[in-house]
Amino acid sequence: MEIAIAIILGCCALGAGVAMIAGIGPGIGEGYAVGKACEAIARQPEQKGSVTTTMLMGCAVAETTGLYALVIAILLMFVAPKTLLNVWKSFLG
Amino acid sequence: MTDRSRVRARVVDGLLIAMMILPFVGCILLKILFTPASEGITIAGPQIYLTVPMPLQPLYISESTVVSAAVVIAVIGLCLYLTHGIKEVPDSKRQLVAEFIVEKVTDFVGENMGARFIGFAPFVTAILALSALSSMSSLFGLYSPTSDINIVAGWAVLVFILITHYKLRGGLGNYLKSFGDPIPIFYPFNVISEIATPVSMTFRHYGNILSGAVISTLIATVLAKLSNLLLSLTHNFYIANIPFLRVGLPAVLSLYFDVFSSVLQAYIFAMLTMLFISGGYPEEAVEKRREKRAAKKAAKEAKKSEEAAAKQ
Repeated sequence: MEIAIAIILGCCALGAGVAMIAGIGPGIGEGYAVGKACEAIARQPEQKGSVTTTMLMGCAVAETTGLYALVIAILLMFVAPKTLLNVWKSFLG
Repeated sequence: MTDRSRVRARVVDGLLIAMMILPFVGCILLKILFTPASEGITIAGPQIYLTVPMPLQPLYISESTVVSAAVVIAVIGLCLYLTHGIKEVPDSKRQLVAEFIVEKVTDFVGENMGARFIGFAPFVTAILALSALSSMSSLFGLYSPTSDINIVAGWAVLVFILITHYKLRGGLGNYLKSFGDPIPIFYPFNVISEIATPVSMTFRHYGNILSGAVISTLIATVLAKLSNLLLSLTHNFYIANIPFLRVGLPAVLSLYFDVFSSVLQAYIFAMLTMLFISGGYPEEAVEKRREKRAAKKAAKEAKKSEEAAAKQ
């Protein structure tokens, strides 16, 4: 019984960690977007305002996949252990 | 202006300012009354104040519901305060502020959605104000409603209904046909991407605010533990419980997570709303439909006049 609970809790934590690997993608994407925005501002400093707003917009859209992973990780950390333990207990009777 | 009317205007102003502040005070009081004393810092969902039994599922009146209602009342109060006693020639600062806001938002909407959708300016302003103020309510120590998925999902569903409404302006056949865009094999994927619009809008807003709240909570906990560890060298129970390291750093984090991030997310939510609504509008199909209708009407009228001529 204790081993089963330990496996459930450990696997939830591991799964949350593995899910956050998705953070790599938005990191690369946003870095690329910001770098290009810097280049654009260097080329045309008078367009700084519109470049910045477009960049923030693009960053937010690029962030979405990372946030999906974050939601999964949060569910695994704070919601799944309780639910799974309840299921396990009711399974044992 | 007479003395009496001036006094009356002052009293109304005071009432409106109270309308802006009192809901938040009430929320803070509710939170203080309902939080268990033994609880330290935890990462949990909103507290449930009241459970109303309903046939399908109990209705939970939670902290996020109450705070979002307070934000709505405060926004209404702010609007009434800014527009109270406006004149043709502005003589007060608040009328200038109100005019500035209206002008800016109308420009913003006109730039992004075109002149056809200029009527969306109040809606977009409402979304901006609600979202930004809801996220910023964590500055008062409240649970910000936007870190509860239900609240943001409600807004996203509302926006999705608007998008579908404007897509349906081109006719049901055109709407259904638009999913098989490049080739008909893409039909299911296009349907999935259409459904993903509100889901991604929800997760983007809610995930950003929630991650900020989680990170600030974790850092506050770690700083409290660290100061406890350092001060336990004094072997005094009361001194050891002073979380002195928590001064400073959480405020800087709050500046980013509560102020910058919430304004940015409000801006992005409003921007995406505008882009999706104006981008999904099938202009050609609507024009074609209008022409067809006009042609039909003209044909009908011609027939009628012909019949009338035959009768005569």
